[in-house]
Amino acid sequence: MTQFWLSAATLTEREIVRFLRQRTRVVGALGQPVIFWILFGAGLYGSFQPPEWAPAEMKYQEYFFPGVAVMIVLFTAIFSTISIIEDRREGFLQGVLVAPVPRSAIVAGKLAGGSLLAIGQAVLFLLVGQWLHYLGLAPEIRLGLGVLDWLCILLFLSLLAVTLTALGYVIAWPMSSTQGFHAIMSVFLLPMWLLSGALFPVAATGWLSWLMRANPLTYGVAGLRRLMYPGVFTDAADGLPTLLTCVIVTAAFGLLCALAAVRQTSRRSALNTR
Amino acid sequence: MPDSPAIAVQGLSHRYGDRTALDGLSFDVARGEIFGLLGPNGSGKTTLFRMLCTLLPVQTGQAFLLGRDVSVEPDAVRREIGITFQSPSLDDRLTVRENLRHQGHLYGLSGPRLRDRITDLLGRVGMTDRAGDVVSTLSGGMKRRVEIAKGLLHQPQLLLLDEPSTGLDPGARRDLWRYVKQLRDEQGVTILVTTHLLEEAEQCDRLAILNRGVLVALDSPDALRASIGGDCVSLRCDDPETLARSIRERFSVPVQQVGDSLRIERAEGHRLIVELIEAYPEAIASISLSKPTLEDVFVLRTGHRFWEEPVE
Repeated sequence: MTQFWLSAATLTEREIVRFLRQRTRVVGALGQPVIFWILFGAGLYGSFQPPEWAPAEMKYQEYFFPGVAVMIVLFTAIFSTISIIEDRREGFLQGVLVAPVPRSAIVAGKLAGGSLLAIGQAVLFLLVGQWLHYLGLAPEIRLGLGVLDWLCILLFLSLLAVTLTALGYVIAWPMSSTQGFHAIMSVFLLPMWLLSGALFPVAATGWLSWLMRANPLTYGVAGLRRLMYPGVFTDAADGLPTLLTCVIVTAAFGLLCALAAVRQTSRRSALNTR
Repeated sequence: MPDSPAIAVQGLSHRYGDRTALDGLSFDVARGEIFGLLGPNGSGKTTLFRMLCTLLPVQTGQAFLLGRDVSVEPDAVRREIGITFQSPSLDDRLTVRENLRHQGHLYGLSGPRLRDRITDLLGRVGMTDRAGDVVSTLSGGMKRRVEIAKGLLHQPQLLLLDEPSTGLDPGARRDLWRYVKQLRDEQGVTILVTTHLLEEAEQCDRLAILNRGVLVALDSPDALRASIGGDCVSLRCDDPETLARSIRERFSVPVQQVGDSLRIERAEGHRLIVELIEAYPEAIASISLSKPTLEDVFVLRTGHRFWEEPVE
């Protein structure tokens, strides 16, 4: 058991140190979503109609706020797993695979590293985002949250971050090039975020509504939305899943991905020798 | 299991789809010896290496390292062996010391014990003054030294080295081999080396020669050379086929054709040279005499099938 913690911790630490030594990654992971938030917020300001479960005076940027936080978690978590492909190519991974380390610790190290980075960036955005209205780049957002609310947000973000890092792990593991990963990113992960209720509310009927309801990320966005505006969405607002549903769906999806990741990592195959 | 051989391979085969990379390999490596796996690229030695270090699954046959089955107890095997890969497994963005620290943690070392071990090894491989440098700033030779330090950090009793001399200049190569022999002599470490370099193979206590996944020879370098039994006469000429046929008929000796030259193994080769020159003064462009090398052994053993076929 000690061996599990020691190796998971050391791999986590490496992941974070590596990230911090790549300045461009730090800027890219936080910069793009902030720009998205400001530009979409300004562009869609007039055409946004709050869904019926939200207060009528809600501005688009306010609606979009949790969605961007989820985007940051998604992008940071997913991009952190690209390092699996780099580690494989650069040879570091084979050194880890031949070490007497439980395979679950290899997965745990990666998930913890990616998640910590994602949580750190998302929290930074949530704090900084509230100050952007002083620069005229965003409306005033008064969350009026207490310490306990922030703690809940942090816990939920952590759950979401682990889940998305695990998803990234499962996708990145069999890949031999980062180009392939970028392709998956644009045809699968970006649409997944677009259809999560982050950018626009879940449609009431039609094929789009089914697609969005089947999307696990929808529950991540809804959960965060509920926790960030606790006064606004107290009653079971129609069209917005309950917090319990959000937690269960996110945790179940995360567990599934994590188990798949351990399975992949445990298998000795020709993949390990690329 | 101290009585078991360091490595025992029994009937090991491996296929990638239709291609057979290893075919029914069996051999033992004794404790405390430097054992070489010699073969050209594609001979299967890297596949074997990867199976021994638990990266690839064992499909048919069995492999025991220090008495433990790699298929059954991979973690026990992993704990006891040190591995140095051909392509460095270092993290380029971390410093030398950070790389070693993470490696130590993966092998269950920590605290002052790990620190002492890192200091000791950095000294042994002559990298003490570069400990704080980021790996990407090191030369190929330095990376290899750190890689070796990495493999030895947990004091393994069995060290697996994959093509250790790749990218090393002759000086660094000598240093490496001095250190490898020191490990064997002072700590009784068993060392398995894969190589395609003949001068490196010469350094081994025993040598297994692989060709197309098959073991073609296994003995000490001296014994392998002695097995050729005599001198090696090589000659170059314009029409090797005609000349080879003629020499076989006239001198009744086996002649092996390698490219555009001919090789003849024979005791008292110097006499044969005189006879050959007198017999074919026009046809022979150049002729030379040498004591057999491992290359001769390799050519003899792997070319076997071709030149023993009845040509007459």
